[in-house]
Amino acid sequence: MPTLIRIEDGQCVEAESGFIHLADDEAIPTQSGVILSLARVQTDGAALLDDGRAVGVRIEPAERVEDLAYDLPRLALIAPAFPKFRDGRAYSTAALLRERYGYRGEIRAVGDVLREQAYEMVRCGFDAFEPADGSTPEQWAHAAHIFRHVYQAAADDREPAFRERAPFPLDGGRAGEGGVQA
Amino acid sequence: MSLYRYDTIDTAMLQDRAAEFRGQVARRLSGELSEDQFKPLRLMNGLYLQLHAYMLRVAIPYGTLSGAQLHALADVSRRYDKGYGHFTTRTNIQFHWIRLGDTPDILDEMAKVGLHAIQTSGNCIRNTTTDPYAGATAEELDDPRPWCEAIRQWSTFHPEFTYLPRKFKIAVTASAKDRTAAKAHDIGLKLRRNREGELGFEVMVGGGMGRTPYLGPTIREHLPARHLLSYLAAILRVYNRLGRRDNIYKARIKILVSSLGAEEFGRLVEAEWAAMDKSAVDVPDEELARIRAAFGVIDFETLPATSVAFEARKAADKAFARFARNNVAPHKTPGYAIVNIALKTPGEVPGDCSAEQMDAIADLATRYSFDDVRVTHAQNLVLPHVKLDDLGTVFDALSEIGLAAPNLDLISDIIACPGLDYCALANARAIPVAQHIAERFAEPDRAEEIGELKIKISGCINACGHHHVGHIGILGVDKKGEEFYQISLGGSGAEDASISSILGPALSAPKVTEAVETLVETYLGARRDGERFLDTYRRIGATPFKEAVYADAD
Repeated sequence: MPTLIRIEDGQCVEAESGFIHLADDEAIPTQSGVILSLARVQTDGAALLDDGRAVGVRIEPAERVEDLAYDLPRLALIAPAFPKFRDGRAYSTAALLRERYGYRGEIRAVGDVLREQAYEMVRCGFDAFEPADGSTPEQWAHAAHIFRHVYQAAADDREPAFRERAPFPLDGGRAGEGGVQA
Repeated sequence: MSLYRYDTIDTAMLQDRAAEFRGQVARRLSGELSEDQFKPLRLMNGLYLQLHAYMLRVAIPYGTLSGAQLHALADVSRRYDKGYGHFTTRTNIQFHWIRLGDTPDILDEMAKVGLHAIQTSGNCIRNTTTDPYAGATAEELDDPRPWCEAIRQWSTFHPEFTYLPRKFKIAVTASAKDRTAAKAHDIGLKLRRNREGELGFEVMVGGGMGRTPYLGPTIREHLPARHLLSYLAAILRVYNRLGRRDNIYKARIKILVSSLGAEEFGRLVEAEWAAMDKSAVDVPDEELARIRAAFGVIDFETLPATSVAFEARKAADKAFARFARNNVAPHKTPGYAIVNIALKTPGEVPGDCSAEQMDAIADLATRYSFDDVRVTHAQNLVLPHVKLDDLGTVFDALSEIGLAAPNLDLISDIIACPGLDYCALANARAIPVAQHIAERFAEPDRAEEIGELKIKISGCINACGHHHVGHIGILGVDKKGEEFYQISLGGSGAEDASISSILGPALSAPKVTEAVETLVETYLGARRDGERFLDTYRRIGATPFKEAVYADAD
């Protein structure tokens, strides 16, 4: 299993993956969680879930997270993929999962995952990472917190500058929004 | 309004970025990072590797500089470069002879005066540009700069939009006369009021230059101003998800908008926007008010609308009168004027400015223009708030540093990219072509007789010189190792925006100036009263111009 860094109680820690990535033609092992393609989840997912197995979905950049919406409550993790680190579609995928669908399960970055992207990933709602560059949790935590402030709201719980600056609580605040807490 | 003052948060952002980059450069110099790994990191900080050296592009947010900032840029050019800088069509400044090891120190120096190189390259949201006359012209509906600053903050290190399919450029205009080329941007925003008098933006999406130029269609006539950022977020999210990533030449949003159609693209944006929690994204009115207030207020004097000194000098001094005619624009406040400094003295490199010139302009800004300098997308500078009484003094000071060329928007006010003299992407040189044309038309009476004529030159198909929207556009192409130039006519980046059309086969370098001369003669022979080159071209079409230029061809 690949190295995994996970955010637990706000700290980056090394963690057990608990999941095996399976290609579409690989047999399902008898134990351990599995991460499957979106297509395979749609065919085999229900049976596995009914057996009480932990199922995660690897979602490729061109795949629509909207197609998963109904299944989200049953899925143990979503793994938006970065085929190349320059491909930024997975950021929107993660942000939609947190902001729109209120998904509170694990969102794991897989593929070409480098610590130079840690800041963006954490802010978009990723909370687990399979680093491709051998990063340690310490390096990851450092990279994720380069900036003392942030300008805009995102899928994490950081307060944007315009709220830090506000001398008094503003209307239309964040109360009642689901899923923004990573 | 004066200049946006950075608070401790704004300053901390710059310091943190500079510190991060210092670490990355150290890792590169020690060999821990390969050039391949370092490339995207340096690009995020505006550092390009060009033909001869590193080039550092420093952001000038919405083209606005204080005197102290311009002095700091002069210092950088003196200490770390060859004593000059190059202002770009994105209203930024580039230094072309930078050593990698110096860049962390440069960024630290920049951060001290609130300048940086953030998002001046890479596939992210680039510097937002606006009207260089903002806050000075009576034409504007409202000052666009607070909105630009709101966009700057929202787009800075936006986690979802840092790895877009391709770079992304936004322009904001607030006047009927468009000095931003708004329709040639990924997003063009035009401030307007609806029938109820509410402030909003017309949203144009999918304009651009490059190898497939488009003018951006309007996808929303009137977006309530307070929802600007959430609407931008909706556009960017649709683009980030659906924009092409398989082909760099088809990755800009213009290709997505054009392939879906503006209507369908607009529908997707509206659907995304409707589902979005706008209250989390849009900054509240209080913050917009804070930004507006952070610009400060200019305490204009109450002055008569005319100045005795100004009128007397005009009557006595032909050169000054010409400068006043061509380079000075009306100000909203009686007794003040907007002064354009054309970095286009014939024979010089368009957009280049020496350290001494920068220092002198910075001093002029401090003394005579409320500490405010603007950079224009035509690679010129503006002193936006000069008293009519001071125009003579300012003109004399500009003359002393060789920057009183009275040629704003005339034939020698040419936009040119750095081209093959610097740029690794270029096919041909652009600068010498611009210099040659400008020298040919250096005689000011003749230039004025010809009138407004915008020549724009790009050294390759990426169109950094905006040739698609030139009244005369010139594109450098490579033909079997030789530089050739394709001429196109009829473009405009202004409110009457249009894309130029290719006139005929490309010409060899020595023939370009001759061809321009022929185009001008053809225009002068055909023009009716008051017509600009562009008007005559639009009325009579390409044929007479084509026949004249290619008369000698077989």
